[in-house]
Amino acid sequence: MSKKEVLMGNHATSYGVQLARTQVIAAYPITPQTQIVEELSEICARGDLDAKFIKVESEHSAMAATIAASKAGARAFTATSSQGLALMHELLFWAAYGRCPIVLCNVNRAMAPGWSIWSDQTDSLAQRDTGWIQIYCETNQEVLDNMIMAFKLAETVNLPVMVVYDAFILSHTYEPVEIPDISEVDKFLPPFKPKYKLDPSAPYTFDPLCTPDNYMEFRHIMEEAHEGTKKAYLDVAKDFSKRFKRKYGILELIDAEDADILLVTSGSMTSTTRVAVQQLRKQGEKVGICKLRMFRPFPTEALKDAIGNLNGGHRIEKIAVLDRNISHGGGGIWSKEIKGALFGMSTAPKVFSYHLGLGGRDITPDTIKEAYEHVKNNDQPKETVWIGLKR
Amino acid sequence: MIEIRFHGRGGQGAVIGGKILATAIFYEGKFVQAFPTFGVERRGAPVAAFVRVDDDRINLRSQIYEPDHLIILDPTLIKNPATFQGFKKQGWVLINTKYTPEKFSEIPGLENVKIATVDASGIAVRNKLGSPSSPIVNTSILGAFCRVTKICSIDSICKAIKKGVPIKPDANLAAAKEAYEEVIFKSVEELPPTDGEAENLSNATSN
Repeated sequence: MSKKEVLMGNHATSYGVQLARTQVIAAYPITPQTQIVEELSEICARGDLDAKFIKVESEHSAMAATIAASKAGARAFTATSSQGLALMHELLFWAAYGRCPIVLCNVNRAMAPGWSIWSDQTDSLAQRDTGWIQIYCETNQEVLDNMIMAFKLAETVNLPVMVVYDAFILSHTYEPVEIPDISEVDKFLPPFKPKYKLDPSAPYTFDPLCTPDNYMEFRHIMEEAHEGTKKAYLDVAKDFSKRFKRKYGILELIDAEDADILLVTSGSMTSTTRVAVQQLRKQGEKVGICKLRMFRPFPTEALKDAIGNLNGGHRIEKIAVLDRNISHGGGGIWSKEIKGALFGMSTAPKVFSYHLGLGGRDITPDTIKEAYEHVKNNDQPKETVWIGLKR
Repeated sequence: MIEIRFHGRGGQGAVIGGKILATAIFYEGKFVQAFPTFGVERRGAPVAAFVRVDDDRINLRSQIYEPDHLIILDPTLIKNPATFQGFKKQGWVLINTKYTPEKFSEIPGLENVKIATVDASGIAVRNKLGSPSSPIVNTSILGAFCRVTKICSIDSICKAIKKGVPIKPDANLAAAKEAYEEVIFKSVEELPPTDGEAENLSNATSN
């Protein structure tokens, strides 16, 4: 029987990893992630999860250990944040290019300096070219569910998955979460059985020298795997919803059917945006939300379909992309991706870009409404607008 | 939606207090959200914790700026202006202190506010929760809070303590029940209208 409990986001992760019968966990503590592995170490110590818990001396080693475990055929997990993820950078390529279906939980924390422990997506978005799948979560329920789905997805497409959510706003916030029964999870997620693994009795060489004769082909094969990931996620989510009655997609449209303007969100800011949109709708504003769950692979077709096919082709005039991140010299990262995705589409809406909530600056319904007022009252997008900036 | 803010000092248990309160109210079928001050905690430094309660799913994820109720775990924080910032004044202020509510009703900003007091520190010390110099008062204060506000039953508070407090569950249960009995407050019927209620009344007539 599933049960409902009041859980912090970090423990939703721990229980998701436990329910997935993860076999190897290697991690190094870093705020705001630490509670994830603290709880997992307790779970392992109690004997409630038959996993090898490896304490390591750095995040670089944590990723190295999970790669090795994955190559040996184990279901492997690690968690980190911010500078910890940055320290893994080199090995993130080894995991993805080596086609290791590892699951990593990254709790979004701003990059330093200014030394900060608060939420900001720049840490994970900066890893966009490492070949990892990236999934962003809005609620603690999404965190737990996507943790379980991440293993199934990873093992289906042989790529590592990063499940991402905001520091404190989810990681340290308690809210009701339904925890599925492990027997049901077992039916959804069978044991990991890789086609090839490190085994002295049947030896293979992994990740050897790759000459110019073959390197491009490896990249092409992996790019096809990424493209296939979008459908694979939908299949995994469909199976999940059949068993657990909760639906997930690559993106989600909220109040979009008759909207003239869409606010594009990711992560926990979507919740507060729901509140703002509800208030705006009461005032007669035709505004909706496009919540993006997947960043890599980028859901280009799904986004075009969603925006182009509303209410039988109803055209969205403008979209406002809300970026809790920055690529200095380049602007908001989601915004750039979306502009690229919609380029050349004949009915493409005008794309307005906003920075907000950087380094954990509180996002309130008024923050969202300020962005909405700006997009509504301007005909053409110019430079990226900073909401709530002190001057 | 009801919004509650705890004010305490690092080590008094404000954060776990928020979690237990949210869990207790969740047991009665409500939607809840509880979170600490986002940041670093040090023993003795002022900390806040927050609880939201609603009949529907709670989407709001910003900080709480205008709380309905205040729970003050350390009476020295009354002098801190941040403690009463945004307080709506229709709700309750519950203070951990040996004194009766009258002692506080003349403090600027607290005139005509519903005040309840309970000696949560004394109760915690009696039940050997924390040390005599720094008692852990969260479970005591919650026993008092549910009595005063009727936000949930003492049974739900006890159930949430059993679930969420791994250390000394019996002592914590006893502390909550003692505070439930000992809290000093006047029932709403006995009290004159608060500032907030008086404002609402005048707004209603002027509209």
